Amino acid sequence: MKPKPFTYLRPADINEALQALARIGEDARILAGGQSLLPMMNFRLAQARALIDISRLAPLAYIRKTAGEIEIGAATTQAQLLAWPQLGDATPLLSAALPHVGHFQTRSRGTVCGSIAHSDPASELPLCLATLEGKVVLRSSKGERVLPAAEFQTGMLATARRPDEVVVAVRFPERKQGAGYAFMEMAQRHGDFAICAVAAVVSGKTTRLGVGGVADKPTVREWSGLPNGELDDALNDFAWELGGTDDHHATAAYRRELVRRLGRRAIEEAAKCSS
Amino acid sequence: MAQPPSQPSHDGLERRWLGRPVERIEDATLLTGHGYFADDMPTRAGTLHAAILRSPHAHAEIVAIDTAKAMARSGVVAVLTGAEIKQDSDPFIIVLRQPMDQWSLATDRVRFVGEAVAVVIAEDRYIAEDAVDDIEVEYRKLPAVIDPMSATAADAPLVHPAVGSNVPSERHFSYGDPERRFAEADRVVEITIDYPRNSQTPLEGFVVAADYQPGEGVYDVMCNFQGPFTVHPVMSKALRCSGAQLRIRTPAYSGGGFGVKQAIFPYVVLMCIASRRTGRPVKWVEDRFEHLTAAIAAPNRIIRAAAAVKNDGLVTAFRFEQIDDYGAYLRPPMPGPLYRQHGIMSGAYAAKDMQIVNKLVMTNKTPSGMVRGFGGPQIYYGLERLMQRVAVELGLDPLDVIRKNLVPAGSFPYRAPAGALIDSGDYQTAIAMAERDGGLADLRRRRDEARAAGRIYGIGFAAIVEPAQSNMGYLSTIVPVEERRKAGPKGGNVAYATVNVDCLGAVSVTADSLPQGQGHATILSQIVAEQLGLDPHDIRCNMERDTQRDPWSIATGNYSSRFSSSTAVVAQMAAKKVRAKIAQIASQTLNVPADEVAFGDGKVFAKNNPDNNIRFSRIAGTAHWSPSELPTGMAPGISETASYSAPEIEPPNDADQINTSLTYGFVFDFCGIEIDRDTGAIRIDKYVTMHDAGRILNPLIADGQIYGSFGWGIGCALLEEFAYGADGSFLSGTFADYLCPTACEVPRPVILHMESPSPLTPLGAKGIGEGNCMSTPVCIANAVADALGVKDVKLPLTPARVKALMGETEKPPRVAAKAPPARAAAAATPGGKALTGSGAQTVPASPEVIWRALLDPKVLARVIPGCHALDQTGPNEYRAEVSLGVGIVKGRFTARVALTDLDPPRAATLSGGLEGSLGSTTGSGRVRLVPQGAVTQIDYDYVVEISGKAAAVGGRMLDGATKVLIGQFFQRLFAEIAPEAAPRPGPARTWWQRLLKFLGLQS
Repeated sequence: MKPKPFTYLRPADINEALQALARIGEDARILAGGQSLLPMMNFRLAQARALIDISRLAPLAYIRKTAGEIEIGAATTQAQLLAWPQLGDATPLLSAALPHVGHFQTRSRGTVCGSIAHSDPASELPLCLATLEGKVVLRSSKGERVLPAAEFQTGMLATARRPDEVVVAVRFPERKQGAGYAFMEMAQRHGDFAICAVAAVVSGKTTRLGVGGVADKPTVREWSGLPNGELDDALNDFAWELGGTDDHHATAAYRRELVRRLGRRAIEEAAKCSS
Repeated sequence: MAQPPSQPSHDGLERRWLGRPVERIEDATLLTGHGYFADDMPTRAGTLHAAILRSPHAHAEIVAIDTAKAMARSGVVAVLTGAEIKQDSDPFIIVLRQPMDQWSLATDRVRFVGEAVAVVIAEDRYIAEDAVDDIEVEYRKLPAVIDPMSATAADAPLVHPAVGSNVPSERHFSYGDPERRFAEADRVVEITIDYPRNSQTPLEGFVVAADYQPGEGVYDVMCNFQGPFTVHPVMSKALRCSGAQLRIRTPAYSGGGFGVKQAIFPYVVLMCIASRRTGRPVKWVEDRFEHLTAAIAAPNRIIRAAAAVKNDGLVTAFRFEQIDDYGAYLRPPMPGPLYRQHGIMSGAYAAKDMQIVNKLVMTNKTPSGMVRGFGGPQIYYGLERLMQRVAVELGLDPLDVIRKNLVPAGSFPYRAPAGALIDSGDYQTAIAMAERDGGLADLRRRRDEARAAGRIYGIGFAAIVEPAQSNMGYLSTIVPVEERRKAGPKGGNVAYATVNVDCLGAVSVTADSLPQGQGHATILSQIVAEQLGLDPHDIRCNMERDTQRDPWSIATGNYSSRFSSSTAVVAQMAAKKVRAKIAQIASQTLNVPADEVAFGDGKVFAKNNPDNNIRFSRIAGTAHWSPSELPTGMAPGISETASYSAPEIEPPNDADQINTSLTYGFVFDFCGIEIDRDTGAIRIDKYVTMHDAGRILNPLIADGQIYGSFGWGIGCALLEEFAYGADGSFLSGTFADYLCPTACEVPRPVILHMESPSPLTPLGAKGIGEGNCMSTPVCIANAVADALGVKDVKLPLTPARVKALMGETEKPPRVAAKAPPARAAAAATPGGKALTGSGAQTVPASPEVIWRALLDPKVLARVIPGCHALDQTGPNEYRAEVSLGVGIVKGRFTARVALTDLDPPRAATLSGGLEGSLGSTTGSGRVRLVPQGAVTQIDYDYVVEISGKAAAVGGRMLDGATKVLIGQFFQRLFAEIAPEAAPRPGPARTWWQRLLKFLGLQS
């Protein structure tokens, strides 16, 4: 369980990182927390000719409130976000979801942006980003662009990031007045990849439900003015659309059942928290 | 530590330290990071490092191995394959006389995923692993047999063709008159059990550092082998050397064993050969992936259990048919799990008539081996599920049924029908205490309230007998009486310990228990301190072992809970010898007879006049400095070694009865669990575990053992399973796939004790470290069966399994079109990793154009994703070098593709496979071209089997990844034959997202 040889680069600033990325191209990987990338490299599932370590770039380690959004820099760890005193007020969904992200130890190194860039279909942070309709800030040596979550997240371990781009920040919308939020997941052990995770936002007559771990990326449905009696049917249709896959921990049918059951629970809880 | 006052004990001897909660001497070292483990042990300068190439196939012939590229890599010293190993070693001896040869590397065929095929020896591990990827092996896949029942079928593929069957041993045993009891029964209750494969996984994997000394032909090996030393001759015979030429040294500290570390022995032999071949020391450290894939597993077992019962719940006879799955090879001391508890198959129950059929089955899975509990978890899962069913079928309370059938109090020592001599106990009192002190009445109330509120709640019970200190002759039960007579009787259980005293009275102890975290040094210190009137902290125990320097016995090692009835006993004997010697020397000085000499507070004194005393250190000095002053005839110095073998451990008799263990403790558990109606998740509401392990030597350590085995019991019940696909692919290669419980998943049990000292062992102590491995899985399963009112409960009880037990039917979507394409309906069952799928796409080109493209190698080279080179190897057969990937996961593969069943230009079958360091796949798909006016609809379906690393570590992503790769293929095909129709990357959707939509794989 040793990686293939690679070059380790620790650029002095983000520009140097972007130049290195532009120079080396697709064979270079950005290293932030390394909690997914390094195990995959040790298994030799992933290979990189060069790792560009941005984890110590202080200007990228920030949590900032700007016009209705919380912006989180690429060097900010999950633990730092979880410890941010305003988290519960600013984004209650993240506050509920973060304790499910890996373990105390992995959160201390794993970054928020890294998890979103990695785009594991069962990860909590990409699910929150999709459900809240957050944004991803991508920068290359040529410039910067901002993509909505739905455009950034393209599939299993796949995103719209171009090979010369770094995810420099993500933006989560601040909590909406009167909206209620809930996050729930089913994992066999605390901290495992979710068999199914659900994030619900209820605001007035609008209900949004994001589901992770079932399809190949987090998927969100929104219902407006849904009569109460139709929620179960709506959830059932959604579950069937997501399909789900079998693995040796759970069947597709079980995943669909969780979409229905946990989905309802999360929506009910979010509704309780809304006003 | 101040010496506590002595306390009376059952045998009337004073007890100052034994039985006390002395804190573990080991903990300060371990908890502050000062422990040193096998990987930390120094090796000689110039030590090389090994990495092992392992089979991605469950069953295949090795056609050719090309090591040239690996050998050419800078820093690589040697690459060994089965050919070299066959030259240098003999196959491992096995218990059965059957042609099932195994060497430390595969020779002509591989029989399980993860089997070692080649070893690279290089300057460091990184280079060695790089070179492993350079080795090219050509395999010819053979049908694999995975399920033990299928393995017994007449037409099953044979794991060892020379045996002629996958069942190399079948034995029938009958005790009393079971046929008559079953015929006269009011009712026969039956249950079939399918116990899964699992293992208790140590933090530290195998470590071997082998150093061949050509001068004397000695292999000097430092490794974390845990015994039993019965395996030492297995290794030396394989190496064609004497035991004295195979020096095995084990470090003082261990990162856990649980039986598993016994299975290191093939690697010891492999690294010895590597050292001899390279002329340099060679070190190998097993990594987690290797450990989970290929180290060992407790055998999975099918049990058909039956009880002959009377209507009042009395069981008059048992019948067990056990089909135990040993995987690909029978490694010594296998099939231990099938026979280690043979004498006690009737458990805690008094039924005298019993029939047992034991079948040993070989399959294409990792070889089975020693794992904590050693057959017990399987046996008690069968027996205690059966007892629960007796209660359900007779409409009785499960606890009443247990109680009605227990071995009566006052009948100990009790001879069980299959030969166990249960030394002591009072099961009725233990259960009554547990019921009272564990609050069973309150738990029943909680259940009733929960049920009244519509919640799903159940209570489970388990009563088990916990054997300790195996009779090393138990395995001879597997051979018929006549053969046993020829081989001579085998019992035997020799233990050794030595107590040394230096000239200033410092005491050190060595012993044969090879501890792996159990706190043996603490208990030995207590024992020796008590004898010599010292403080346990004054005693240094060195738990390293060295086969060249220490007394040798077949029983040496850490297994079968042998410590408290064996090593602890012999350490006390050695300490008593030292005590006697010192008393004799002191009697001259103190002027009292030796039997009136007492020990305490570091002094030796006259029992009736403590003021008449001398320091312990002074007497010790006399023995070393002034041998001439010693009593006449006394040997100089003070170092006493004792050996001990319990006489009750006898070979099996002609009626196939065997006392398989020396001591038998009792465990009674009950628990309350609640099941989440939505998710199927189990919450353990309360767990009570009552232990009678004879005399407790140290209550802190006893409870620590209970917590440990309980934790693993929770893992077995809820989480842990080595999963295999139907094709034999291994699916549990990481700790994200093989789930061990963590502190979050293990509730704190209520632990209760009673003490019925064993009359058969001088300390009165029995084993305590394996009971919950046997009782907890079935106790929880019984609670789930009670909660859901179901009969068949298969471990591990994952939420998905529990939910399936609830028997709900899934409502279809309101609009059928919203259901995913047919692939979901045809989806594989969990455990089966054959991925299936189908799709369709319309392409603006005629079938002829598409057909030509598919049959043109140049076009095919462009269409196959990541294709570097494509060679035609036959008519419509190709070999290609490809790089495939999903996200950051990428690998290089050799692909073989063939187009068959050609029906131009309408249909073709595309079949082939991939081989690469990430694993191996085989698959086939039928492609149909249906003209629809100016366009063509391409319909396809496929079946893909994935094996090797990708299956073992990427299970949850395989289905999705397959879709992505098929998507890549079709995207390229469209770009080739209808460029204008090919989707292009855009801001809104990436190419393959749109493609999947095209293919109907995504909405």
